[in-house]
Amino acid sequence: MGIRLGALASYRLRLERQRWRGRAFRKRRDLKQVSVRTKQIKKDDIIIFSTMRNERIRLSYFLRYYRELGVNHFVIVDNDSDDGSREFLAEQPDVSIWTTTKSYKKSRFGVDWLNWLLMKYGHGHWTLTVDVDEFLVFPFSDTRSIKALTDWLDASAIPSFSAMLLDMYPKGRIDALPYRSGQDPFEIATWFDSGNYSISKNEKYANLWIQGGPRARSFFLDSPKNAPAMNKTPLVRWDRKYAYVSSTHSLLPRTLNRVYDEYGGEKASGCLLHAKFLDTFGAKAKEELERGQHYANSHEYKAYHAAMQENPDLWCKWSEKYINWRQLEILGLMSKGNWA
Amino acid sequence: MSGTVGIVMMVHNALDRATQVARHWAESGCPVVIHVDSQVGRDAYKEFVGGLSDLPDLKFCKRHRCEWGTWSLVQASQTGSELMLETFPDVHHVYLASGSCLPLRPVQELVDYLAERPRTDFIESATTDDVPWAIGGLDAERFTLRFPFSWKRNRAMFDGYVQLQRRLRYKRRIPMGVVPHLGSQWWCLTRRTLSSILEDQQRETFDKYFKRVWIPDESYYQTLVRLFSTNIESRSLTLSKFDYQGKPHTFYDDHLQLLRRSDCFVARKIWPHADRLYQAFLTDEDGAMKKAEPNPGKIDRIFAKAVERRIRGRAGLYMQSRYPVEDRENGATPAPYSVFQGFSYLFEDFVPWLAKSTGSTVHGHLFAPKRAEFVGGERIYSGCVPDSAAMRDANPKAFLTNLIWNTRGEQQCFQFSPRDLQDLNWFIAKDPNASITVITGAWVVPLFHSNLSFIEIRKEAAKLQKIESDHLDVLRSPWAKARVRIMTMAEFIEAPMEPLQTIIDTIGPRNNLRTLSEAPKMVDLTGFGKFLQNLKNQGMHPHLMGDFPSGDHIAQATAKPRRPYLVRK
Repeated sequence: MGIRLGALASYRLRLERQRWRGRAFRKRRDLKQVSVRTKQIKKDDIIIFSTMRNERIRLSYFLRYYRELGVNHFVIVDNDSDDGSREFLAEQPDVSIWTTTKSYKKSRFGVDWLNWLLMKYGHGHWTLTVDVDEFLVFPFSDTRSIKALTDWLDASAIPSFSAMLLDMYPKGRIDALPYRSGQDPFEIATWFDSGNYSISKNEKYANLWIQGGPRARSFFLDSPKNAPAMNKTPLVRWDRKYAYVSSTHSLLPRTLNRVYDEYGGEKASGCLLHAKFLDTFGAKAKEELERGQHYANSHEYKAYHAAMQENPDLWCKWSEKYINWRQLEILGLMSKGNWA
Repeated sequence: MSGTVGIVMMVHNALDRATQVARHWAESGCPVVIHVDSQVGRDAYKEFVGGLSDLPDLKFCKRHRCEWGTWSLVQASQTGSELMLETFPDVHHVYLASGSCLPLRPVQELVDYLAERPRTDFIESATTDDVPWAIGGLDAERFTLRFPFSWKRNRAMFDGYVQLQRRLRYKRRIPMGVVPHLGSQWWCLTRRTLSSILEDQQRETFDKYFKRVWIPDESYYQTLVRLFSTNIESRSLTLSKFDYQGKPHTFYDDHLQLLRRSDCFVARKIWPHADRLYQAFLTDEDGAMKKAEPNPGKIDRIFAKAVERRIRGRAGLYMQSRYPVEDRENGATPAPYSVFQGFSYLFEDFVPWLAKSTGSTVHGHLFAPKRAEFVGGERIYSGCVPDSAAMRDANPKAFLTNLIWNTRGEQQCFQFSPRDLQDLNWFIAKDPNASITVITGAWVVPLFHSNLSFIEIRKEAAKLQKIESDHLDVLRSPWAKARVRIMTMAEFIEAPMEPLQTIIDTIGPRNNLRTLSEAPKMVDLTGFGKFLQNLKNQGMHPHLMGDFPSGDHIAQATAKPRRPYLVRK
């Protein structure tokens, strides 16, 4: 299926993949163990991989959400938090945590660190690589656990599952309602954009490149090419030969990026509800701007910062209020594929 | 009729669930023979046997190493069946089940049902010509080729060997009297039929032949039963749904209500962690198995729809897991829409007029250079699509398909002109959902009314004429699938009512044909003929407008339509 690559192109990609893996291997030295419980990981366990910095307020709900979904273990890299996140995570019985003071940017926004940990602990497991503000919904996720999904993917010989990022936002100023620790963030950020996503195909990695949503229409109207990518493939049956290329937007080998059907059919897919736009956002944007540790010189954060000071309201009259995954499926943002 | 039903159970994983189900069968009075795949480890096997050792009417048969699609599965069921027939003389029907099967109705109902039909064999059995399911395009060839390589482990060799045999026109000989039949591997046969199959003199010949057949567990009993049975009911008592890869669908907790409405006795396969299903059907017999009104059609529909979604998907949808290449979209857009070219230049109030007369959503020039002119001048439209030209132009196809998708169920109309972005001309022309009405040359009217110098007008007119001319070539190409209507400006002005009426008839609500009561107001064209003649005199030939007289009588011709039209019936 799909377009076959020439021998040379395929060899180049192979070299590239080895380069990323080598880089991840070198970057392992950045990581210092805080509390490692990876011995607990059992054969069929589903593991989350994540990097974070100063996210204490979000952690309680994050852990609860994914525990309820059926995730068995959390592998987390703490990037020099000073708000107690690290200490909190170290106490959790199902969390293994490493810490680093090294540059987030130089580890390619955490990808190198996670590639290393995935290589070491993810091999043979279903792995879910998400940020602490990303919440996976998949078909039937209100009645079936993530294990049901991964069992089905296994039976169907599907190695990777896509879940596009869906930016959620409140109605009114994003700082109007304070977020409390442990609270479901989607009680506040209830709204999303249902139909302004534009897709193109990246021929090199064969992944789809999706842009759109409230960030694109609020901050990148005149420079749409700079709008953030929304395509993600966070759920992968990992093999130590694999590597994430840029964030979870693309992987190598590139067959893992072929999460879409090209002949009219629909493959199964989910969404990552993105709880970025809460009252915590203003402070975060400011902090990230000062650190300058984000993608493309943090131009994304610069744009947010400027726009947010003027009118921090992402809501418009066409915004859709979130109900459940079935709604997302009807709107065409995700699909059940042939899972029934 | 006394006697009972014996269950031959094939187990290879989820042993805890198999224990539960085996116990359920045995405790409900059905003798059970279990075949455990020899790939199950010794400790796990011991534990499994130990957990069921208190049941007197439960036996374990000799173990085989089972692999999907191979003879080993038939062998296992033969061994199990032989032990069953030999050990339990009371058994009048043998039911082949798997470890992930779950009884949906009280076992006694099944026993009674079979006791009432003592001579009937329940086995799906159809000739190869009649079955639509076939993995890898193999149906009749299952019986005539050889398959020494594993499909699961050695796919390349499997496929290569099939290709080779096809090329060499190799064919195996089918044993005398055997007519290949296929069907679900989960059957329920009478003692008489089953023992005839197993004790037949020719069994060795048959076995030898079927050993090399592809997926023999779907054809061995299904074929041989035709030789021995007097009364075949060609259906399986086990509810089992297959997806487009031939893989069985799995049932989960949320299928509980659905399963209650099945008319089958047993369902497969059940997800081992579907606690609620096991709880409901195994422990709470009185409550859960209360007969709901059977509605097996609903199950069929749900699974048929899943296959349909996977293969064809939703027309006009572009998303993260459906991104069809050109011409493989199964519908480039989800719903009909209309494009109007030239009308907004000839009529001052075409947009509001069209909206009023048809009740549809009428946008301005969606592809205008400055911004997408959404209806009512909205800055952002359905689905949160912004009017930004930069964004639209970065991916015009996404812009259009998003708009049509977001407004499904609501007819969209928009204006188009050679001044707009032309990138989608082919896409729209090839889309059967599009209807495109063009008044050629009408783009010149704004130039006619403008204050530009004649040199500028000439240059602009030449450019626009070229663009429109290219667009018309697209619309007239043999690949165009849209409903296209093209007329020159001169033709249109001569008799504008007929095309306007056609537009309203085709767009407006189908069953409610409206008659045109009010026509839009045409712009002033006094001196237009002279203007065209001037262009010609300057060496630029405006041919798309059609033939206009160069004198002043054009002014009279266009003065008239400024009164409202009245349609005579």
